[in-house]
Amino acid sequence: MGLTGALALVVSLAIAGAGSAGTAEPSTPAAVKPPPVAGAAAIKAKYGGQSITFVGDGAVGNSHVRDQNLVAQFSKQTGIKIKLVPHPADSSAAYSQLARNFSAHSSSIDVMMMDVVWPGAFAPYLVNLKPALGQQAKLHAAGIVLNDTVKGKLVAMPWFGDFGILYYRTDLLKKYGYSKPPTSWAQLGAMAKKIQDGEKASNPSFVGYVYQGNAYEGLTCDSLEWLASSGGGQFIDNGKVTINNPKAAAILNLQRSWVGNIVPSAVTTYQEEDARNAFDSGNAAFMRNWPYAYSASQTTPVKGKFAVTVLPHTGKSPSVGTVGGWQLGVSKYSKHVGAATEFVRWMTSPAVERYDAIFNANVPTIPAVATIPAVVKANPYLIPSIAKVTRVTRPARYLGPHYAQGSQDIYQGINQILNGKSAQSVLPTIASELNKLVKP
Amino acid sequence: MSASEATAPRRRVRRKRSSGLQRKQTRLAWLMLTPALLVVAFVAFYPLGQTIYQSFTDQQFLAFEPTKWVGLANYRRLIHDDAFRHSITVTVKFTLITVSFEFVLGLIIALVVNSSFKGRGVMRAVMLVPWAIPTVVSAQMWKWMYDPIFGPIDDAGVRLHILSHPVAWIAQSNTALWAVSAVDIWKTTPFVALLLLAGLQVIPHDLYEAAGVDGASKLHQFWRITLPLLRPAILVALIFRTLDALRVFDIFYVFFGSRSDTQTMSIVAQNTIVTEGNVGYGAAISVAIFLIIGIFVVIYTTFLRVQEQ
Repeated sequence: MGLTGALALVVSLAIAGAGSAGTAEPSTPAAVKPPPVAGAAAIKAKYGGQSITFVGDGAVGNSHVRDQNLVAQFSKQTGIKIKLVPHPADSSAAYSQLARNFSAHSSSIDVMMMDVVWPGAFAPYLVNLKPALGQQAKLHAAGIVLNDTVKGKLVAMPWFGDFGILYYRTDLLKKYGYSKPPTSWAQLGAMAKKIQDGEKASNPSFVGYVYQGNAYEGLTCDSLEWLASSGGGQFIDNGKVTINNPKAAAILNLQRSWVGNIVPSAVTTYQEEDARNAFDSGNAAFMRNWPYAYSASQTTPVKGKFAVTVLPHTGKSPSVGTVGGWQLGVSKYSKHVGAATEFVRWMTSPAVERYDAIFNANVPTIPAVATIPAVVKANPYLIPSIAKVTRVTRPARYLGPHYAQGSQDIYQGINQILNGKSAQSVLPTIASELNKLVKP
Repeated sequence: MSASEATAPRRRVRRKRSSGLQRKQTRLAWLMLTPALLVVAFVAFYPLGQTIYQSFTDQQFLAFEPTKWVGLANYRRLIHDDAFRHSITVTVKFTLITVSFEFVLGLIIALVVNSSFKGRGVMRAVMLVPWAIPTVVSAQMWKWMYDPIFGPIDDAGVRLHILSHPVAWIAQSNTALWAVSAVDIWKTTPFVALLLLAGLQVIPHDLYEAAGVDGASKLHQFWRITLPLLRPAILVALIFRTLDALRVFDIFYVFFGSRSDTQTMSIVAQNTIVTEGNVGYGAAISVAIFLIIGIFVVIYTTFLRVQEQ
């Protein structure tokens, strides 16, 4: 189903692309080509003939083809030879591969792709890119650049990354007299209740709102959005554990009060696909999920009946989306830091992000790229408000190698709150666990 | 263990008469067993010894500082670890529920497919289907079937007016353990049935004929012939299932993630070693699990010995 759905999407996009052949912008994976390298001649004069190793995306699928195409283009124009090595498909295996390499002080990897929660752990082994790429970093979403800046050093460059968005049923909003999706959490609660009360008469399984409430990494992402959009901080701010504060407790208690009412109590076991099943079966009015659900849901009963927007917020705090995505870094043990840095400069440039967004449907980390019409055509959920939303990142740069444990403390605690404990009784425990892990 | 107990007196007699030929044969037997024993030592005893050693250190996964010997510190921490203590309760409850249901249902199924009826061969193959599905796959399948929003179980329950409203079987803490146990029982009963069926098939048929001639009722035959002669198979089945249930990880992980009130001993160990990277403390937890499982094995073998006499 997923594959046929993806194929159908590709075909329909191809047709749309052919239909608008008059416009210069290619918006289909087949039509888009890797962009030229800016200043290629100068790079060639300085670094031509050097060889570097790039640990890129997994060996299967479009991402690897993207890597191959980009590497070929860069090598052709700059004369820098690049050995492309796909990382293991399993994220924790990819993490340990890099960790082993770093602790052996090995020069065998020059450029590597890193999950958004890794730079904190690997910072001591990465080159500070600020002098070379600090200007270019200003083009990227500030939240992600902050995530990649550890102790004042820019240890990685944002490459691509999606973030949490709100899915809503356009038909049901209309039916119950709403012209716009909710902007505040309180509004979401009220709308979800009205729709659920109305629908429940004919469908006892109907619920207002679903998200990822299982005790796993996804809940750290979801709860970060609740807190950051309600003035409750981002778990750890400026190196200090801030999770135990009244605004955080208020939004968490609001979320808890919904469980069993407008949110099914089963949400405490939900991961991405569970939430999507609830929404796609037509049994939920609202869902928080990642952008992948947008195309995945096109083959289900809710096709044509839903739209997306930014997540709600409280008061003056902005709407936010937690980032999941990938960065590029340069190893401190690289023998060709200069050539490797030039490669990262090009790879994280607007032109390459535009290519990746169209070729591989990845969300650009440069907001300006996300609004290019050809990019929006390839990623229809990228409406202007979503493209501009404030992106927040999990507190990895403060927790370093202890991130996984800190995140576990967070999602286990929040899961207890959703299961009925009051936020005031759980937050001090999470805070004291996090305090043990935060390095001064 | 039962075998060594039973053959002990005979062996003593044999040793007195042992001839040169026998000694030679014994030596040959040891020689041929050596590769297998070496493999066992390498894959079983070496990791076990390594784990016990690590449990006395502060070893960290991917640490940049050297590992130190910390003596009993990990075990002192373990005694006061509420999360681990709670996981013992969860795991033992799960074990008692699943093993008792699996044994009773497995015995009934074994008796049914052991009797002769048309289509018995097909039945024996079909009953193994739940056992053949990988646990992670069947667990995810059941998680969705249990779902109150899109799952068929609640949907059918509400339509048939058995349930007044959809129930979140997995999320509610009072039904969670029963829901997960039901899936394990569904999945593993065939395995118990298969072991018991093998036991049933070696019981000589003429025993039943003789009992029938003597006027023993079917029920009487079951209690006096079937059950006593099935005992070795029953014990193998129970030991297998109990050890498996005590190590349970996959179903719980798919159903609950790392939810704090439903962690099994293995999930606590996995989170400590992999997520927290705390290899030393995780090794101490693993050793504790090993000892707890050991207690169950001792209980079973003692039970067996009493029965033999």
